[in-house]
Amino acid sequence: MKELRLMKGNEAIAEAAVRIGVDAYFGYPITPQSEIIEYLMTENPEERTGMVVLQAESEVAAINMCYGAGATGKKAMTSSSSPGISLKQEGISYMAGAEIPCVIVNVVRGGPGLGTIQPSQADYFQAVKGGGHGDYKMIVLAPSSVQEMADFAKDGFDLAFKYRTPIMILTDGVIGQMMEKVELMDYTPRLTDEELIEKYTWATTGKSKDKERRIITSLDLDSAKQEQHNHHLQSKYRQMEEEEVRFEKFNCEDADYAMVAYGSSARICQKAVELAKEKGLKVGLLRPITLFPFPKKQIEEMTKKVKGILSVEMSAGQMVEDVRLAANGKAKVEHFGRYGGIVPTPEEVLEALEQKVISA
Amino acid sequence: MDISEIIQKENLVFKKTEFLTDKSLSYCPGCGHGTVHRIMMEVVDEMGIGEDTIGIAPVGCSVLAYEFMNIDMQQAAHGRAPAVATGIKRCWPKKYVFTYQGDGDLAAIGTAETIHACNRGENIIIVFVNNGIYGMTGGQMAPTTLPGMKSSTSPYGRDVASMGNPLKITELVAQLPGTNFVTRQAVHTPGNARKTKKAIRKAFENQKLNNGVSFVEVVSNCNSGWKMTPVKSNEWMVENMFPFYPLGDIKVDGNFVK
Repeated sequence: MKELRLMKGNEAIAEAAVRIGVDAYFGYPITPQSEIIEYLMTENPEERTGMVVLQAESEVAAINMCYGAGATGKKAMTSSSSPGISLKQEGISYMAGAEIPCVIVNVVRGGPGLGTIQPSQADYFQAVKGGGHGDYKMIVLAPSSVQEMADFAKDGFDLAFKYRTPIMILTDGVIGQMMEKVELMDYTPRLTDEELIEKYTWATTGKSKDKERRIITSLDLDSAKQEQHNHHLQSKYRQMEEEEVRFEKFNCEDADYAMVAYGSSARICQKAVELAKEKGLKVGLLRPITLFPFPKKQIEEMTKKVKGILSVEMSAGQMVEDVRLAANGKAKVEHFGRYGGIVPTPEEVLEALEQKVISA
Repeated sequence: MDISEIIQKENLVFKKTEFLTDKSLSYCPGCGHGTVHRIMMEVVDEMGIGEDTIGIAPVGCSVLAYEFMNIDMQQAAHGRAPAVATGIKRCWPKKYVFTYQGDGDLAAIGTAETIHACNRGENIIIVFVNNGIYGMTGGQMAPTTLPGMKSSTSPYGRDVASMGNPLKITELVAQLPGTNFVTRQAVHTPGNARKTKKAIRKAFENQKLNNGVSFVEVVSNCNSGWKMTPVKSNEWMVENMFPFYPLGDIKVDGNFVK
């Protein structure tokens, strides 16, 4: 029977982590995501599934604990919010380089600096364009409901292990804190150590006599080899662009205008689409679910049908750059954003669409 | 007599442990790292735990330790090895996990990770090679550089008033309840190397008993960074490093040594 619960987004992702067989969670408290570690500490995952939960001394330590655990083939997860995610960038870059799977949750708050504890989407660049040093990409999943917080935990680990790479679940204070109905998945047992050793031959689980030893490193002082390694990483990112693009469309079939928005902004835009319909305007919404890989082709396709596009984000304009790149001058693309912790209303969004795109 | 007649099984008096690879060490001639590597891998060999040992290489001269230690290894970000070790050990409590770190890695950029792993009493081994300088990057001042000691970033000698004091992190971690065995050794003489090996052995035995952190400092030289011959650097180490960083056990089985 389906198990339905009323939960916060932060609680849903924590519960999902236990159910999908995550081996370890390492984290550090920061608003607005502390419920994740609080929930895990309260719900005794060690007893339920053997999952390890540890409060680290810093976000830096937490991501490096994930590095160690992930490099042994364990499903390791961490979460934080914007300032803490900045601290994790070093570890994320090392994981990308050393090809270590991990799921990192960012419940974004307003910045820069200490900013505010209110919701924001101003970490788009950091998540999608690298964040840490070096040529790497992360698959970035953007949930827009509490249900997706739970579901994307599973999808996230599937992708992280498929590509042996860190992936990010980029959400914000709205989704993390709001309560919705969520249908919880059944339990997937954690791999036993024997199963893990059999399955992940790359993992540093101890050198057995009949096998080559394993080394996990991002270092190669030979530039030719380092370039080869980078070629290999880039080929993974190209494969992600070909196979992993996810998006959702609302009312796009005969739309004259379109909005592009992800996460909680997409929820607000859905309402704006309804308000537009009441006014007799044909407005569609494209919601990128993966921010990298970005639904470029779908946006390009859209430019053939619509007269203009409004990119809506809780930032000063970050994703809009990718929307413009995808539109490639074939349609007018404008940005509307509120930031610093302000969440726009659907009325505001519609007004911006009318002023910036429709009547301009 | 032909050499092939000499190389016979029955004439074998010494054999390198199989837990060291055949790669030439990247360390400068005269450096202590190679000796510490060998000691550690001999202990792993003698205890028969090679299949269950996971090592962590730091950033610094020993960043390539994984090239020489013939076991499963991970390379960690600068200073983060104790956190990486925590992540492994918490998931694999029956494995033997050690970090191998230098003074810049462990006592400067990684101070928080060092202290908190020690304070939590993680069941890991921390091997700390202290040569009072950043060797890899070309001889800059380290957290353990002695007062008055010259380096490329303290070219007129470490001025404590403006550059701060050297950090005796080994004494510091000994204060923490999570450390069980804290010792300071050296490898510049066969006698000292034997004592270090005994300490490393105890550290691995401790891990089997889930006793908490075993912290083994090895005071070593850096003849390149110190701009001395290997022999001179060892003499300088004995005369200058040992008075400031005295050798011997600091904490054994959780108790301070008086």
